[in-house]
Amino acid sequence: MISDSREPFDVLVVGGGPAGIAAAVRAAETGARVGIVDENFAPGGQIWRSRPSEQEHTKEASKWRTRLNASGVTVLCGKRVFHQPQPGVLLAEGLDDLRELSYRTLILATGARERFLPFPGWTLPNVTGAGGLQAMVKSGLPIRGKRVVVAGTGPLLLAVAAYLRKQGAEIPLICEQASWSRLTRFGRFLMQHPQKIAQGLLLKKGLRGIPFEANSWPVAAHGETHLEAVTISHGGQCGAIKCDYLACGFHLVPNTELAVLLGCRTAGGYVQVNEFQQTTMESIFCAGEPTGIGGVELALTEGQIAGLAAVDRNSEARTLFRAREKHRRFARMLDETFCLRPELKSLASPQTLVCRCEDVPYSRLQEHTSWRAAKLHTRCGMGPCQGRICGPATQFLFKWSPDSVRPPVFPARVENLAALPVPEQPIAEVTGGLQ
Amino acid sequence: MPDEVVVTVNGSQVAVPAGATVAVAMMMAGKPCRTSVTGEPRGPLCGMGICFECRAMVNGVPHSRSCQILCESGMDVKTND
Repeated sequence: MISDSREPFDVLVVGGGPAGIAAAVRAAETGARVGIVDENFAPGGQIWRSRPSEQEHTKEASKWRTRLNASGVTVLCGKRVFHQPQPGVLLAEGLDDLRELSYRTLILATGARERFLPFPGWTLPNVTGAGGLQAMVKSGLPIRGKRVVVAGTGPLLLAVAAYLRKQGAEIPLICEQASWSRLTRFGRFLMQHPQKIAQGLLLKKGLRGIPFEANSWPVAAHGETHLEAVTISHGGQCGAIKCDYLACGFHLVPNTELAVLLGCRTAGGYVQVNEFQQTTMESIFCAGEPTGIGGVELALTEGQIAGLAAVDRNSEARTLFRAREKHRRFARMLDETFCLRPELKSLASPQTLVCRCEDVPYSRLQEHTSWRAAKLHTRCGMGPCQGRICGPATQFLFKWSPDSVRPPVFPARVENLAALPVPEQPIAEVTGGLQ
Repeated sequence: MPDEVVVTVNGSQVAVPAGATVAVAMMMAGKPCRTSVTGEPRGPLCGMGICFECRAMVNGVPHSRSCQILCESGMDVKTND
């Protein structure tokens, strides 16, 4: 049942990762009534997720968490926003409750997810995302003594490999699809940024002795009921490696579905914002990965700008523009370095499932020319994930773009959909013309 | 806080570290979370509530996203809901 008060938040933030925390804190510190709604157990998002027993892993994370605790922000965890019944009101579903949240200004900080590409065997249990496996280990999965091949693309692979090794995993190989020339250029760029050098050196220590291959990607995962081995392509040669897990993700894609549902315009797959992080909808701001994949520093900066601008502190927000520009250069470098090579388009065989919810193989999709046609004829993207996994894959494989987003933006329980307010226009009026 | 929590997966008891998710309990029990529409075994993929591969019956609630639910002592989990 709807259980929240109708008193609106001055600023409501969707997403409790770095961008959302920074936005909420800056807005609340000016005295505004601010709320964060997040679907995880605790704020921090994916990057600052930690095991209950673990210490905060960066000073930056603990600094922001302390500030959040002192800021008076209402933090609603374990609640997933799925619908906007009317402008200024969002509905969020928890495990056993439904919240109606009203706001004057909304900040979307919905983060990113991993991009997955289909290859034979990728649906076997224990083939997971790279960040996905890290999240599972942080959620209690014992990994000590397990062999984990880390594959795909992006700086996340290195962070995941270092983390898993620290937890006792054996990492026989990291395979990165990007070429050495791109990686070298990326490395040279990082050398110009002291903060990144420090991060890089720490990472290098954590990765010592782990084999790393560029120009390398998984071509098949093998096993009957679960993963037993993976075949890796490297420089035109293929070789199989026995492993317990394949942690495989191809960089990140932004979570823009809620923004699109609320009417915010996107460009090139990202939510369009002005210099104050304001979207094309006047009362909605957006910060962090949905406006461009740029990592934690950019997310924190954009979050602060959005939080300040949401409470009309534009001149204070302006002082962060230079820092944002610097971090955006890093974002552009990420895009260039880790863009997907065309060879990855031919990994799927005709029988390889592309849509894991509805088990639609590659061969059935080849018959179609658009995402919509494929959905209508094959049910691709029509399952519970609503195309969040196969959508980005088909975008890469077939250049299909997603079409409109419709409520509920996530699957919701029937009782919660049934609790939706009746349309404002009385039924008698609607049927009036027929009498 | 105890170090371990015991839950039931398909009738068998599984001890998991305190703070573990239900998805992890199924992985530790060696059970796939669900069977796909063409009969494939599936386990967790994204670990963050996006892919819905880890859905299972948790305390009688079907289609629960098990990676977003923490294990509680005595919890009853059934795969292939």
